Amino acid sequence: MIALDRLSLSIHGQPILRDVSLDIAPGEIFGLVGESGSGKSMTALALMGLLPTGAATTGRASLDGTDLLSLSEPALCRLRGNEIGMIFQEPMTALNPVQTIGAQVAETLTIHGKADATEARAIARDRLDRVGLKHIPMDRYPHELSGGQRQRVCIAAAIALHPRLLIADEPTTALDVTTQAQILDLLRDIVADEGMSLLLITHDLAVVADMADRIAVMQTGEIVETGPTKTVLARQDHPYTRALFAASSHQPDRATYPDPAPLLAVENVTRSYPGPRQGFRRSPPLHAVDGVSFALHEGESLGLVGESGCGKSTLTRAILGLDPIQGGAIRLNGTPVTPQMPRAARADIQVVFQDPYGSFNPRWRVERLIAEPFHLLPDPPRGGDRRDRVAEALTAVHLSPDDMHKYPHEFSGGQRQRIAIARALITRPKLLVLDEAVSALDVSVRARILDLLAELQGEFHLSYLFISHDLTVVRAITDRVLVMQSGKIVEEGATEAVFTAPTHPYTRTLLKAAPRLPDHIGGSHDTLV
Amino acid sequence: MRRLPPALILGAVLSGAFLIIALISLVWVPYPVDGVSIADRLQPFSLAHPLGTDQLGRDVLSLLMVGSQTSIAVAILAVGIGMGLGVPLGLAAAARRGSLLDEVIMRGNDLIFAFPSLVIAILITARYGPSATNAILAIGIFNIPVFARVARGGALPLWTLDYILAARTAGKGRIRISAEHILPNILNLLIVQATIQFSLGILAEAALSYVGLGAQPPTPSWGRMLSEAQTMIYTHPMLAVLPGLAIVLMVLGLNLMGDGLRDVLDPRLRRGRT
Repeated sequence: MIALDRLSLSIHGQPILRDVSLDIAPGEIFGLVGESGSGKSMTALALMGLLPTGAATTGRASLDGTDLLSLSEPALCRLRGNEIGMIFQEPMTALNPVQTIGAQVAETLTIHGKADATEARAIARDRLDRVGLKHIPMDRYPHELSGGQRQRVCIAAAIALHPRLLIADEPTTALDVTTQAQILDLLRDIVADEGMSLLLITHDLAVVADMADRIAVMQTGEIVETGPTKTVLARQDHPYTRALFAASSHQPDRATYPDPAPLLAVENVTRSYPGPRQGFRRSPPLHAVDGVSFALHEGESLGLVGESGCGKSTLTRAILGLDPIQGGAIRLNGTPVTPQMPRAARADIQVVFQDPYGSFNPRWRVERLIAEPFHLLPDPPRGGDRRDRVAEALTAVHLSPDDMHKYPHEFSGGQRQRIAIARALITRPKLLVLDEAVSALDVSVRARILDLLAELQGEFHLSYLFISHDLTVVRAITDRVLVMQSGKIVEEGATEAVFTAPTHPYTRTLLKAAPRLPDHIGGSHDTLV
Repeated sequence: MRRLPPALILGAVLSGAFLIIALISLVWVPYPVDGVSIADRLQPFSLAHPLGTDQLGRDVLSLLMVGSQTSIAVAILAVGIGMGLGVPLGLAAAARRGSLLDEVIMRGNDLIFAFPSLVIAILITARYGPSATNAILAIGIFNIPVFARVARGGALPLWTLDYILAARTAGKGRIRISAEHILPNILNLLIVQATIQFSLGILAEAALSYVGLGAQPPTPSWGRMLSEAQTMIYTHPMLAVLPGLAIVLMVLGLNLMGDGLRDVLDPRLRRGRT
């Protein structure tokens, strides 16, 4: 039905896609897998005729014989939404914040002249019911819904006109695992019911392994392997496919130090916010962290798992001594952790954040960025001494000492995360808090960063508090794990034990929801990229 | 190298020309501006007096040249007062978002904004006597809330970024973070705003001088040249047109420069245009 035949694309002379060929049959789910920059999103935009200016294409992209590349803009407008629907990664920005959800779903219908305003509203209601939003009135605004509900609204708008192809570009990447499972179920259902085709674009092999009938693996603008999902997963003919698999389930080699000395003690910590104002009164305070206790031992790697809104970020900020706590105590080596704690005590605990782009002042050079925590030391090294220490930290994270003269924008995402680790290591801390530190990275980059973390842990005898929503990663790098739900720790135990035999129902839900690669396949660890 | 927007180049050339004229007039003018000579009054354009003379026989070109000094000096000092006080206030408000300090600063700003600025300027000069200094103070005070708001608005989104959290885990206090991380990253906003306030300052100075509350005679000023030419607007229109043109060109130049700088410095707008 929809076919790409040796489609090549360049933007301002820069080649983006090379000879991409694929075809999707009606009612089929086709998975397009690749890392960032592989050209998977551009392939989708080419199908929609939404390429940026300066794009030049060769080859063919056709929908039932109609050449999409030669269509005029008005013809494309009739096609979009009508024949091809699309949903995006970020459901908040894909919806207009000042329009009701009903209006946004109805809009697709009225624009294409398929219904007048009243009919459109009726159909929109029907479509919203179809995506599981029966209980949500049409006059709600996007901000009143949760992330998963917003993505459902996007799906309702995309399928309003029963398009024949639905393109989903990373539809669940911004969502929690349990929500992700629900959205994927919904997409699978809709495809079966409506007989439409689904082009599912994702970086997550586990998602397509579960969903797609056929998949194509993309690398730097080319499809390197394609075929029925089972065959591709089982055979892994192309080395890149093997590398991707290996990286997805990568297990770094870690030496563990069973050392009973507690380093960080969190005792019955409560963190609450004042309730919203109601007239002159306030409703009762909201407990973001509610009586949490745990201990982290020297040389240990402890995972903290939970979905968004469970309070793990709030707890992290309290452990870093950035926010005051309302009850309980946090002690690092016996010293209380508070926003007023002495600077020297802070040197023992450092942090690596998720976003490799927002973590650095864009106007500073790497040397100054990495040296910033020296502010904590009573006698910070200066001049050549300082440069030596920065060079040492850069070498430790496998970057070149010469990199200290560059600006952060000159580095890739993975390299920036290495710089962030170097900055965290510069004061030789005992505890490193890794706040979703690998969540924004591609799988192959992520595997290398996990290796680095394992290596540094051995070298510097570090303890890690590893906060993540990604269960695979937590399983790969931690000794013990805490599962957090609505401000409370609901399960705690040795990582393998919790993952193989979870006792709390919430942990079971989480583990069940997480998409997994089939066990019997997947490359061995030494074929790493 | 990216091409600069034409508006920026034109604006910079215009504003630069006035700055050069003002600097030249510090060391040299064709005729002394206090050289009253009734015999030479109201002369048309000539080689000796390229832009003619006024009703007291003073050379108009010289008056305009020295007048640019007054305009620029008043505007620079007024913008300086506004930035010098407004930016730290705005940064402090952003650093303590939602606190009492934030409320006091921002509500104080609202209070100043609530008064019609020219009326207050007239009040100040009426109470403390008309002079260039009082004009500077009056214009400067009204620049404070403008810069405080721009600084606070630019700083607030930065405070949520990870690199600010990282600086806090590095034990840096709010003042230090404001100076090291926030200020350099909102400088582009402040520069653009300064250019715009500068042109508004020139307009305000001209308005105050026009009603006699700015620089006092014999210091020449464009606004007072306008008001003195008013009675002769039908007989000798050039006496009003020339200072008017000077004000228009200078303000236009600064506005073009401000718009151009905004295009170059504000990455959000830049992305929208390319």
